[in-house]
Amino acid sequence: MTAAARFIINEVKGYHNFLKFMIFLVALAVLASAVRFIFGLGATTNMNDTYPWGLWISFDVVTAVPLAAGAFTLGAIVHCFHIKKLEPLIRPAIVTGFLGYSLVCIGLLLDLGQPQKGWHTLVYWNVHSPMFEVSMCVMAYTTVLFLEFLSPVCEKFGYHMPMRVLRWLEMPLVIAAAAISTLHQSSLGTFFLIAVDKLHNLWYNPLLPLQFWMSAIFTGMSIIILEATMVHRYLGQPDESELLEVLAKILPWVLGAYLAVKFAAMAFLSHGPLFDRPVLLMLFLVEIIVGVIIPMIMFMKESNREDSRMQLRGANMIIFGVVLNRFNVSMFGMIQADQAVYYPSIVESLVTIGIIAGHVLFFVLLAKYFPIFEHHPETVDYSLPDRFHPVAGHEEVKGVEA
Amino acid sequence: MSSNNPDVSKHKTFLIDTTKCTGCRGCQVACKQWNQLGAENTKFFSGEGYQNPPAMSEYTFTRIKFKDYQKNGQNEFAFYKEMCMHCNEPACASVCPVGAFKKTAEGPVVYDAGRCIGCRFCMIACPFGIPKYEWSKAFPLVKKCTGCYSRIKEGLQPACATTCPTAISYGNRTEMLAEAERRIKNRPKHYYPAIYGKEEAGGTSVIYLTHQPLDELGFKKVTTRPLPSYTWQALRLVPGIFLTMGGGLSLLSWFNHRKERIKNEEAFKNSKVKPETAAPETKEEMQ
Repeated sequence: MTAAARFIINEVKGYHNFLKFMIFLVALAVLASAVRFIFGLGATTNMNDTYPWGLWISFDVVTAVPLAAGAFTLGAIVHCFHIKKLEPLIRPAIVTGFLGYSLVCIGLLLDLGQPQKGWHTLVYWNVHSPMFEVSMCVMAYTTVLFLEFLSPVCEKFGYHMPMRVLRWLEMPLVIAAAAISTLHQSSLGTFFLIAVDKLHNLWYNPLLPLQFWMSAIFTGMSIIILEATMVHRYLGQPDESELLEVLAKILPWVLGAYLAVKFAAMAFLSHGPLFDRPVLLMLFLVEIIVGVIIPMIMFMKESNREDSRMQLRGANMIIFGVVLNRFNVSMFGMIQADQAVYYPSIVESLVTIGIIAGHVLFFVLLAKYFPIFEHHPETVDYSLPDRFHPVAGHEEVKGVEA
Repeated sequence: MSSNNPDVSKHKTFLIDTTKCTGCRGCQVACKQWNQLGAENTKFFSGEGYQNPPAMSEYTFTRIKFKDYQKNGQNEFAFYKEMCMHCNEPACASVCPVGAFKKTAEGPVVYDAGRCIGCRFCMIACPFGIPKYEWSKAFPLVKKCTGCYSRIKEGLQPACATTCPTAISYGNRTEMLAEAERRIKNRPKHYYPAIYGKEEAGGTSVIYLTHQPLDELGFKKVTTRPLPSYTWQALRLVPGIFLTMGGGLSLLSWFNHRKERIKNEEAFKNSKVKPETAAPETKEEMQ
């Protein structure tokens, strides 16, 4: 046994039992994916010609993408809207986003019939396809997140040149992240615009892409609240609830706007009966009341925003609501009244559980070995260089503008 | 995409007169033979009615559906041939990320297995539920009716149309539509006064005449607007949104950074700290 292997085994032995359990779940998922490739999609999943898309698309892609929206949302809030005090939250958010998108790619490759031809999207363009749009964006954004994630890696190993390049790239990357995310978060909604007469009217309307984008924004913020609170509780990091309060203050505005768009679209832009399927109506009401209305009212009250426990509760409700919403759109709302009901097979469930476990596992490991939390942005000068405005000639330029 | 050949009048079109169909299912056999599709374990009464196999699949591109009804106290059958409708503007072609589906100038919507990545979006998108998947395989592809493109390129008619003794006519779309309208006009009692496929999904290259109302026979009620337009109305905004978002955020950050820098410089100036001691780099630049 080499020294490296011995070192790794000793490291793993030292992990908390929870982490060991996560490693076990990931190993199960790897095994399950091997089974999928050996025996085929039909034998190992419950997908069929009636349900061409199952749990893997509904959760691993359609739901996981908004759940990984924290990085672009926070990047825009901190760097573009210039709320600098939230900076300490950025690195963990980027790690969450990078892991999330990498796992989306893995989930998608498992679900594709011909994963070895995945690169075809880069060659055979079809700009009319929302799937083409999303796959290009996901590839581009995973690259952006990877570059952003390289900062702590370079810091860890003390690579100074790449760090300077990355710092120089920071603003362009933040803006690219927000622009690319806007596109593919909304295009995930465009997916289902083609399902005319299939997706139920409670969700089908032309503004679905806009709703997907807006819900990605508030989900991103909620995920940051969840992640920061968990990290404080279980990884011994400082309590950031004062910073999270800022997010809790923004949340009701986004939730309110989302609600307005949703109801306006339902009232004026959808065709056909809305209330003809009691089960779907109930799912819709749960999604709206638990996932949007209650947290919105909760966060309108200052005492709730300041309370770390209430922050977590509200964020959890929003996350639950968005998960339900994505399942409603991509699965429940697509089931016709006379169809048999789909439920995921063991292989499908194991893979999805493994993907969630992998996310938690890799986050904890990255936080363990890389400087994710020990980032001191206040020591860094983030102002852009301005060639038209040398420091010496400060007065004249000001004079012109005044 | 399909919008590149707007001239649909020349598209080869199936006119399927279900009132003339005898339910012999020669078309099912001919289709299997020409496309060399495997046999299926079939089971009578396993689907909605007498039809067999119970559903379309990777092995079955066309199928005769049976519909029981009563006429003058007698049990009667109505038949309906299920197959790819070869839409003028196919939803499958518009959603496919790699453009594996194409509406050909001759009419059939063809599928390029070499391009397909197996994402199954076509199956979600098709309003008629036609594309089927090779669920039996580890690396599956999509299967569907080819409109016998290989035959009609050589001047032949599709296998099912060639075999059918009674019900299928095949020709240019305008001629087939005119023929269908002529039949309805000549025998108004005999036909339900609608041509399925004339407007459905923006018009298709398979059109049907029936005796019963369409929904009773199991014809899906489909929007008359071409399906690709539903997603395109959102997707066409993509470049604009990208530029607006990127440009807007760039401007916003530029203004915010500038504001902060000026504030810092003001604070520095008002702090009365001698520049020499506080910021030697600045001094060097000034010299």
